[in-house]
Amino acid sequence: MHATGAIQDIPGKFDPAQVRDLFPTLRREVYGKPLVYLDNAASSQKPQAVIDRLIRYYSSEHSNVHRGVHLLSREATDAYEAARKRAADFLNAPSESAVLYTRGATEGINLVASSFGPLHVGQGDVVLVSHMEHHSNIVPWQMLCEAQGARVRAIPVSDTGEIIYEEFERLLGERVRLLAIGHVSNALGTINPLQNMIRQAHELDIPVVVDGAQAAPHMKIDVQALDCDFYALSSHKMFGPTGVGILYAKPERLKAMGPWQGGGDMIETVTFEQTTYNEPPHKFEAGTPNIADVLAFAEAIDFLEGIGQDRIAAYERDLLDYATEQLLQIESVRLVGTATEKASVLSFLIGDIHPYDAGTILDRLGIAVRTGHHCAQPLMRRFGIPGTVRASFALYNTFDEADALAAGVRRVREMLG
Amino acid sequence: MAAQGTIRERARDIVEEFGLFDDWMGKYEYLIEIGQGLPPLDPLYKTEAYRIHGCQAQVWVRPVMKNGRVFYEGDSDALITKGLVALLIRVLSGQPPEDVVETSLEFLDEIGMQDHLSATRRNGLASMVRQLKRFAQMHANQA
Ligand SMILES: Cc1ncc(COP(=O)(O)O)c(C=O)c1O
Repeated sequence: MHATGAIQDIPGKFDPAQVRDLFPTLRREVYGKPLVYLDNAASSQKPQAVIDRLIRYYSSEHSNVHRGVHLLSREATDAYEAARKRAADFLNAPSESAVLYTRGATEGINLVASSFGPLHVGQGDVVLVSHMEHHSNIVPWQMLCEAQGARVRAIPVSDTGEIIYEEFERLLGERVRLLAIGHVSNALGTINPLQNMIRQAHELDIPVVVDGAQAAPHMKIDVQALDCDFYALSSHKMFGPTGVGILYAKPERLKAMGPWQGGGDMIETVTFEQTTYNEPPHKFEAGTPNIADVLAFAEAIDFLEGIGQDRIAAYERDLLDYATEQLLQIESVRLVGTATEKASVLSFLIGDIHPYDAGTILDRLGIAVRTGHHCAQPLMRRFGIPGTVRASFALYNTFDEADALAAGVRRVREMLG
Repeated sequence: MAAQGTIRERARDIVEEFGLFDDWMGKYEYLIEIGQGLPPLDPLYKTEAYRIHGCQAQVWVRPVMKNGRVFYEGDSDALITKGLVALLIRVLSGQPPEDVVETSLEFLDEIGMQDHLSATRRNGLASMVRQLKRFAQMHANQA
């Protein structure tokens, strides 16, 4: 199953030079300059093994799953379900049936809001989120609350970009029936203290939905150790293809939930009078699934585990520290998000320079960053800023690229400061 | 703002000016300078009514008709966007509305700023051009 070749054999400290060659896009030039890709929080690049898996599947293995009597369909079904096993192990899920394939983190959260939400959230109840959530972890809850006569409340965030814990504890007592919280903030990089938050929520019988979109590329995820009820993530942010993601759900939660979408695969028997449903996970996967991307996603998981998430986390911490230090040496650079526990995200402002201007100049220098509100408008409003420039690093980014970013920011200051 | 010449003539002047710079840095520095030179829009008009949406930066444009011609004022909180706003104003302000409706603005291509016109840039230039033309359209062929 492991297709990453030599990487597993490299002991000790991780060196990005060992993986850069596996990512064809990283060899690209933009405007005649080497690409410095620092927009990994939006989406990461793909290793050759992931690309090859897509090609191999479509070239010689394609057939529909869970249907055919013929060999190709059986093979595709076996591969699809083996990939699910792979994903379950990756998250340390208790069983494969706890792992649902979705289109991504957004769809996973929407699934929970639609199928689980109404069972738990009623008139006058509260869904608690934090002030630093991505819109994907706000809007589905607002839609649920609107339908149920409930409301969304937000845990406030400190000037460093951390949850104000006492406020969290206070709010928990206010008719909260569901906690929906990001593992890692996409806009700030903050790693939230999930372990404690989940324990405290559970003491009050409050189920917890974790938006893990930004955590999975950077650290080991153990859904049983976290004890979360749901955990949603996106393949494309962790070196896998777009269009696929995972929703982990505790088996007892899934059992209570009605189906989400109706169609093929999710049924047991259908008559015009009454339809009975398949068991999870299939109950929640109506229609022909995204077979190719699921298989390629399993390759991405192999890639990540092949390197080892602890080594990745250690390397990225060093890289983040270095890049932070380089940026802070530049006059008028101000970091937004200075939490003690951070993933490799650097959000910043350069004096009064509009993030859009900074991003445009950095782009011309070959440096891909994201600018704007990062789908976290309430958070930007909290900080009183229109947005930030965000450099987000992945395991293949180098210290030289951190230098290039700092040099780019200096250039931006010269041109616009 | 009372520039002379047709849209085509004014655009040609701009292309010539940008032609003096042979690298992107020079062009952008010039664009930023042009943006800085645009008279700020009266805060009175920085309202929802004149706001151009679909932008990462905030952009406002205020059109008025005078003597059968369209005049535009505008502003943005991002300098590069403001430079682009200034270029559009320089080319289009004071023209007959029919000409504004019909112009294709390919001079932006020629000065290397074409990617700013794509809707995905979210700098509002594309929606701004649409807005400028919509206003002109309302007043075209009325004279
Ligand atoms: C924290 C967070 N949650 C959710 C999402 C949504 O992920 P997707 O668009 O892949 O569904 C993102 C993506 O930017 C994110 O950063």
